[in-house]
Order: sequence, then C-alpha cells, then structure tokens
Amino acid sequence: MMSAASQETAVSTGRIARTFIYLVLLLFSLYYLLPLYVMVVNSVKPLSEITGGNMMALPQTFTLEPWASAWSTAQIGVEPTGLKPYFINSILMVVPAVAISTILGALNGYVLTKWRFKYDGIVFGLLLFSCFIPFQIVLIPMAVVLGKLGIAGSVSGLVLVHVVYGIGFTTLYYRNYYAAFPTELVRAAMIDGAGFFRIFWRILLPVSGPITVVSVIWQFTNIWNDFLFGVSFGGTRQPMTVALNNLVQSSTGVKEYNVHFAGAILAALPTLLVYIVAGRYFVRGLMAGSVKG
Amino acid sequence: MKSHAEIDFRTRLQDWLPKLVLAPSFAVTLLFVYGFIIFTVVLSFTGSKMLPLYTFVGLENYRKLWALEHWHTALVNIAIFASLYIVICTIVGLALAIFLDQKIRGEGVLRPIYLYPMALSFIVTGTAWKWFLDPGIGLERAMHLWGWESFSFTWIKDSNMAIYTIVIAAVWQTSGFVMAMFLAGLRGIDNEILKAAQIDGATSFQLYRRIVIPLLRPAFLSAFVILSHLAIKSYDLVIALTGGGPGRATELPATFMYSYTFTRNQMGIGASSAVMMLMAIAAIMIPYLYSELKEKA
Amino acid sequence: MGFLDISNVTKAYGNVEVLHHVDISVQEGEFLVLVGPSGCGKSTLLNMIAGLEGISSGDISIKGKVVNGVHPSKRNIAMVFQSYALYPNMTVAQNITFGLEMHGIPKAERDKALAEVAKLLQIDHLLSRKPGQLSGGQRQRVAMGRALVRNPDVFLFDEPLSNLDAKLRVDMRTEIKKLHHKLKTTIVYVTHDQIEAMTLSTRIAVMYKGYVQQLGTPKEIYDTPANLFVATFMGSPAMNILPARVVTENGAPHAEITDADGQKRHLRFSGNGIASWANRDILLGIRPEAITDPEGADRKSGNVQQIRNRVTVTEPAGSDTFVTMTLSGKDAISRMRADSNVVPGETFDFAINMDKAVAFDPESENRIVV
Repeated sequence: MMSAASQETAVSTGRIARTFIYLVLLLFSLYYLLPLYVMVVNSVKPLSEITGGNMMALPQTFTLEPWASAWSTAQIGVEPTGLKPYFINSILMVVPAVAISTILGALNGYVLTKWRFKYDGIVFGLLLFSCFIPFQIVLIPMAVVLGKLGIAGSVSGLVLVHVVYGIGFTTLYYRNYYAAFPTELVRAAMIDGAGFFRIFWRILLPVSGPITVVSVIWQFTNIWNDFLFGVSFGGTRQPMTVALNNLVQSSTGVKEYNVHFAGAILAALPTLLVYIVAGRYFVRGLMAGSVKG
Repeated sequence: MKSHAEIDFRTRLQDWLPKLVLAPSFAVTLLFVYGFIIFTVVLSFTGSKMLPLYTFVGLENYRKLWALEHWHTALVNIAIFASLYIVICTIVGLALAIFLDQKIRGEGVLRPIYLYPMALSFIVTGTAWKWFLDPGIGLERAMHLWGWESFSFTWIKDSNMAIYTIVIAAVWQTSGFVMAMFLAGLRGIDNEILKAAQIDGATSFQLYRRIVIPLLRPAFLSAFVILSHLAIKSYDLVIALTGGGPGRATELPATFMYSYTFTRNQMGIGASSAVMMLMAIAAIMIPYLYSELKEKA
Repeated sequence: MGFLDISNVTKAYGNVEVLHHVDISVQEGEFLVLVGPSGCGKSTLLNMIAGLEGISSGDISIKGKVVNGVHPSKRNIAMVFQSYALYPNMTVAQNITFGLEMHGIPKAERDKALAEVAKLLQIDHLLSRKPGQLSGGQRQRVAMGRALVRNPDVFLFDEPLSNLDAKLRVDMRTEIKKLHHKLKTTIVYVTHDQIEAMTLSTRIAVMYKGYVQQLGTPKEIYDTPANLFVATFMGSPAMNILPARVVTENGAPHAEITDADGQKRHLRFSGNGIASWANRDILLGIRPEAITDPEGADRKSGNVQQIRNRVTVTEPAGSDTFVTMTLSGKDAISRMRADSNVVPGETFDFAINMDKAVAFDPESENRIVV
C-alpha cells in the first residue's frame, strides 16, 4: 500500500507549486532530524565543548568517553553502575513479554475469526477496549496484586503487566489479519482431518509472517519504551527508560550533557534498529490491518 | 434401521478447544482490566491515604478533587495540550501526506525521516527536546553564537509557555505516524474517481477539497481517536521534558494522578482522578469502537 | 433407503428457519445438483452434509449411518470449494496429500495415490508448484485432485466453476461430467447456474426460500416444472409467462390470449385436463423454443398452432435469432433459426407448439395438469 504502485493518484502541479512542496518537505525533514543530530553530535564531544560551544557545531575533539560512561560508570540514582544493568533488565523483560503476548494474540485472533461462537463479539469488544484504558486506572490495584503475588519489583512482575495489557493489541492485529484469511481453507482442512491446533500450525501460521512482524514490532517498541509501569513496579529491576530519566534528572553534581545524550541514544537504539530493519513492513502491515477505512 | 455413527471424544473436544484457548486471555482481561477498574472506582469512594482503606466517604474525594487548584491547572493544560496536539498533528500529517503523494523524488528517503521519531520512547524525546530548547545550551544559544543576538526562545522556563514546548515535542514524535495513516488512505483511493473528477474539470485544489479529503474521513477518525487517546495518557513526555514544571505549570491529569497517589499519599483522590481520566477516554473510545465493530460484523 | 439420505432436515439460526423440512434421498453413483438463487439455502444444506454446519432437526445419513454431529473428517466425504481453498503455503502435491497425511496414511501409499490422481487430472507437471503460481483452471484441477485422492463415499461441490471465465467454465463442466462417468461416484453439487444443473445432473433439486421446490430429472424439471418459480428459474431465455383465460371452443379447452394489436387469439390445449378451469384466468407458460417460424416448427408435435403477430425487436445470437413480440400485454421471446428473415415493426406468422405449453394457477402458482 505504501509502495510506488499507485503513484498515479498524484495530480500534476505547476512548477512554482512543486518548488514550494519540496521546500516544505525539506523543512520538515529538518524539524524531524535536528534533535537526533544534536543528540548524536553532542554525545561525542567533551563536556567543555558543549558548555563552551555551539550545540549545532560538529565536534572538534571526537571522544567516545561519554558513551563508555553512560554504559558502565554514570551515576544512576545512587549507584555508579551506568545504564548497562538496566539495559539487561529491559531485555529480560521485553523478550518474554513480546513472545507471550504475540502467541496469545495469534491464538485469540484465530479463535475469534475461525471458530466463532455466540457472544464472541462481546469477548472481542472487551479485549479491544482494554487496549485503550488510561493505565492510571489500574496502577493502584496492580501494585496491590503484584505485592500479594510476591513479584512486585521483579522482572517477572513487569512481564506479567506487559503481557496483560498487550494482549488486546496483539489480538486486534491477528483478528483483523485472519478475518481476511479465507474461512474455506479452514473448512477444507477440517474435512481433510486436521484438528484445531493442526489447522493453526499448518495452515494459518505459515502465512502469518506480515502480521507477526507488526505484532512483534509494536509490542517490542511499546514495552521497551514504557515508562509508567517501569517506574511504578520496577523496584530495583527498573527498565532502561526509568534509568535514563534518573540519569538525566539527577540533581547532584555537574550536568554531563554528553553522557545524557549518549544514554538517550543507547535507550533509543534497540527500537531504532528494529525500525530501520523492519519499519517498512511494520507500516505496511499496520495500515493493511488496523486503520483500514 | 439406521444406526447412529459414534461421535468420539476428539470431536467433542474440538468443540471446546477454541473456548479453552481463549479463556486465559479473557479471564486475565476480566480481572486485570475490568476487575481493576472496579477496584479503583471503589477506592475513589474511600478515605484511602497511603494504603487502600475501606472506609467509605461517599463523593468526598471527588468534591476535594474538583476543589483543588492543581486539578484545575491539569485540566486547563490537558485542554490546551490535547487540542493543539490533535489539530497540529492532523494538519501536519495531512499536509505532508498530500505533498508526498505528488510523485516526489526521494519519497523513499523522506518517509522514514518523518516516521522514525515514533520508534523512540517519550523519555528519549523529552530528553532530546529538553536540551534542545534549553536557552543555556540549546537553540537560543546556537542562534546567539551564529550572530542573531536578539533571538530569544525561553518557553521551557516560562510558566505560561512551557505547555507549548510539550506540544512541540509531542507533535515531533507523532505527526509522522499520522502522515503515514493519511498516506495509506490517499493510496487507497480509487484512481478512477480521481480521473473522473479531472475529466469533470476539477482543479488540484478543488479535487482535494471536494473529493479526496472527504474520502479520507476514516483516516481522520482513526487519527483523532489515536491522538486523543495518546494525549489523555501522556505522562512520560512531561516527566522527561519539564518534570511538570516550572513549578506546576505543566501538570497534566496523568502526572497529577501519579503524584497524589504515590508521593502525596492521597490515594482516594488519586483514584478519583484516574476515574475521571477513564471516563474521558471511554467517552471517545466506546462510540468509536462500537461503530467500528458494527461495521465489520 | 438411499446412499445419502437427508430426512426431514431443518436449519434455524436462533428463531429464523432458513431450511424447512428437506427430504432428499440420493442413490449410489447419482449426480445430484442443488440449484437456486443466492440465499435459497443450497450451500447451507451442502455444509450440513459436510458437517461444517450443525443440523437443527432431522437426520443426515451416509451409507445407512446417521452422521449428525460427526466430525467432517470422519464422514468419508470430500469437498471442492468455490474459492478452491488451496493451502497457499503448500505445494500442489502437499495440498493433494494433506488429507491422507492427516489420516495417518503412510508416505508410500500417499505418493501412489497422488501419482494416480495427478495422471487422471493431467497435473503431473504442476506438483511442485505453489497455488499462487497456477491459473484458475489449474487450481480447479488441483482442488478436484485433493477431493479425488481421498476416494470418498460422497463428493461435495460448492459452486466450483463460478470463479472461472466463460470458456473455461464450459470446458471444466465437460471434464467433471467425464470424471463422473468414469468414476461412478456419488456427487452433490451446488450451483446457481441452471445450465450447469441441466447438463451435469442425473437429478436436480431446485431450491428457493429454504424449500425444495421440485426434485426430479433434468427433463422432468424442464418440461413439467412444479410451479412458476421452477418454470422461470430453469431455462434461458426464461419461459414466457402469459396471462390467459381458459375458454371452451368446439368442446375443447383453449387458452385465450391477445396479440400485439389487442386481437383475441385462441390456442387449443393438447389435453383435456384443464377443462375444469373453463372461464377462469390462468398463467400460460411457453418456452421460447416452442414459438418458432412455421417452417421451423417441431414436426413430431401433434399440436402446432399458428398466429400472426408484430415483431418488436430481433436479437441475432449467431446460432439462433431471438425475436421479441407482445403477447397478452407482456414481452414474449421466441427462438428462431438464425436465418429467419423477420424484421422489427412488421407482422409475421409464428408457430406455437402447444404440446410443450404448461399452465399455472395464478393464486398458488402451482402447475395445472393440462
């Protein structure tokens, strides 16, 4: 859908108008790129060049010192651990949470489209609405329940939270995707003698690549970037976003801007990488699946 | 006489498997979403302070909430932030989408540039913009060093203007995504309709105003729903960009709820503010989801 | 007791009954076509035979065993779907043998069965391709192969030709008929195309509004339709239905109709069965091929009557020429030889073969025995 296939839609425009259009488009790329440029450039400058120089200027002395500091020695809260342990927390939290919520979403989408039952619409409606609640409404009871379960302040607690509030979205994606999958194929497989799981495994899963990319990227980005649950339930196993905020907001000592920038890029790197590698598939799948008009 | 074929266990199991598979997700959602909502609603009628208590105080928390100046600040801020954020994102997104749809050379390069901010967390966005807008080291200073001595941009330090810096950063993060939604909508429009309109003598401007933009109605609706939902939930961006300050100038309902519940030990009031947020989102989402589901069913 | 028995079967969704007390008994080797417009319940009935939809009341039995509630894969049936329903991720060979694999048939046997079916359908060269690389006709063959390889008791076809273009559809129709002659299998075939129904079937069930309107051989359905619906649904162009009055002349019942100029014309019925309808209104049914030019009239018919009438439109169709005229205030179509030289606006003589005429009660719309 985002390909050049239907570019004929464009209406021919005059020369002045085209110049204007290119100008606006370039101006906006500047708006989107400038903060990234500033972060990258200043993360490889010594601090003196930032406080004494221009943030737009390229570094005069190139140094990776701020990156090393952000990774392993910077003061996070009270401990000089750098962001490394929090990066690991985030990885340990994201991988199982993404995997579990995606698998459940795929199965739910399969049931809701190919094994319809009475009131399945209500079940889906309830799952769907859960995607859109403001999480503030569940913060207090979640704190209580995680405490009762003895997993408050642990990675498994965060995995549970992210799975619970991710199922709605993954189910939505797979449901919309499987809804377009011909039900006759499922019927043919039933007549051929395949059961519930075999039909899923052999018939639907092999063609679920595009939507799995969407679901995984969506979940990965959301969970990696989450701050509210991390700061509320992270305890001593806080994720990367919370640590970055602690690093940047720390009020003691000199503000090491270059370290902050390096830290911010470190925190952004995994999602940025995922986006660069698979972003085009994500947008394509997302548009086809959920915002279809 | 006809005999009945035996209906075996596996066939019966097949009838139940789908429901068994769906059950855990449904149960977890019922408990962790709807159970928790009820729990929070109940708490909002209690005198809970640091820990949940079950002494019912009626509407006392709501009365207190609406009497608090902080809450009013938060409401005014969310009104300013949400309306500007939604309107600007929509205009920017639509304009970029329409411009990109004019057989632009380099579309393949521009699109990812517009889109990448949505991959970042609000904390990273906030950090980046916090320093970029800081008069001491950011844009203002860069302009001064380049010789524009009179340039002044101190919004982030100004109680009256700080909320607009949140709009700038939030638009930066999301407008590319809105652009992608509109672009998908544009590419989905039937070419023959456009050809027919051109044969009818419509100019480019008329074509967009009279034909294309009305056809994008579903994309407008989706954009509105997604943006308003993001706006009401906004928490991390404020924390990273302004920390709610200067003073309490950029307090939003989400930050209000958090600080009253977890740092000021006014759980009852915090719960009642969360209920207000849920009601605001439900007022937007329920009609939308209802119409979407009805259409698809 | 037949090979496949549908006895008193009803289907209801909630309070809405969509199939009403259907009774059909299919003999071994028979080719039964369920035909009707969309929404008539034919596909629902087929899905119920397959076990893909539940039965609200009544019984379906195959080879004497009631199969209500039995899983589709345990009924020993095979089905060819409208969309072919080929598994997109599997090769043609895997598609065909998937069912055998699910039933735990050893690899060697599967390969043998595959080879036989591939040869029969001439798809040997396609076995390693994916469905996406096949043309419509090839997919159709693969879908049939998947059904054939199972060697089932009953084949179910759900509008299998409706996704093909016109020429291919005719070719595949012949192909299916040849296969049935060769294999002598029992087939239940759903279509909305009355030509497919006529050409393929040994018996037809015409369905409408959830009822079986008529069950019979193609000839019975065509020549003696049970009611107005069956008469007009089967046959193309459709049977001409003319308001008429039964009058007695020389002791014999006649149909009184009017020509294009409003003149009354009397056509003698071939039988006396309708005599009791004297001086009452009926609907007279005459198929287009029973109205011809006098030279083209059926010589074997014992009751050809001539009337003169004005021609409105002529439509040369190559093999025939369709001529439209006004009879009893309605457009009536006649099927003439291609070289008949009628001209619009002029009057000509037409021969009506009253042996083929039928009559209907305008109230109940049921056929009256002429």
